[in-house]
Amino acid sequence: MARFEIHVTYKKGIFDPPGATAERALVNLGYEEVASVKIGKYIQLEVADGTSEARVREMCDKLLANPVIEDYRIERVGEA
Amino acid sequence: MRFGVVIFPGSNCEQDAVHAIRHLGMQADFVWHGDTDLAGYDALVLPGGFSYGDYIRCGAVARFSPVMAEVMRFAERGGPVIGICNGFQILAEAHLLPGALLRNRGLKFICTTVDLRAEESACEWLDLAPGTVLRVPINHNEGNYICDAETLERLQGNGQIVLRYCEPDGSRAAGGSAPNGALDDIAGICNERGNVFGLMPHPERVVDPVSGGTDGQHFFTAIAQRLAEVS
Repeated sequence: MARFEIHVTYKKGIFDPPGATAERALVNLGYEEVASVKIGKYIQLEVADGTSEARVREMCDKLLANPVIEDYRIERVGEA
Repeated sequence: MRFGVVIFPGSNCEQDAVHAIRHLGMQADFVWHGDTDLAGYDALVLPGGFSYGDYIRCGAVARFSPVMAEVMRFAERGGPVIGICNGFQILAEAHLLPGALLRNRGLKFICTTVDLRAEESACEWLDLAPGTVLRVPINHNEGNYICDAETLERLQGNGQIVLRYCEPDGSRAAGGSAPNGALDDIAGICNERGNVFGLMPHPERVVDPVSGGTDGQHFFTAIAQRLAEVS
């Protein structure tokens, strides 16, 4: 099996309510150095050997991310 | 006039929708998400709820259910489709409507009744004088409408913004009147053709005075009237 890790984050300029809330909370807790928090999704994907990254990209475009509001980053992390 | 009300696993407003339509003297049937035969329906309702648990994103899985391929064909032929709450999210995920619905700005699930202003629009589902104010409940966690600037301009230019959140007098607050943070106070939009309509508020809950109002009646009677005139 091949393993991929996928990070899904909001596109630049899309408001991220959980991130903004965590950011305010951290500052309120005294971590005044915090400038920005963005919260996204982390997906671990196991697929048959030989599956191309293009195929994984297709899965992201179709279901795992919404290209209207989200960007994603795919990383092949080896064999399971 | 016969409405098909689609049930996805996790839908929970389909009974209200069917009750509302029947209360108004029209016919309504449930359509299961695995069904692929929509013959005999004049209009389709995608009801509220949490289709497929709303996992990944609201509506993201539902849009791939067998019935949705038929819903898309129905819409392409000009058939009227209304998506209410989760139904709106499904229509957006299916790209039948532009944009997306994000988590509410304040991170809270909002359950309240809001004032909505009918805008001058191409929507076949509404036939109200622009500026008419309606009181309709909302009940959602992801109703914060967003789209890019170019799309917003197109929505405004084409008369695709059907409903906006507003103040009781129909005005819009300087900081925005949308309780969920929606862009441009958008509560409901339609496609360019006007036959596909998505909105976060629940008109099906206010068709009978016993449930707090009748401002939702219009959403079902206007389309019936329009279809009767066409045929």
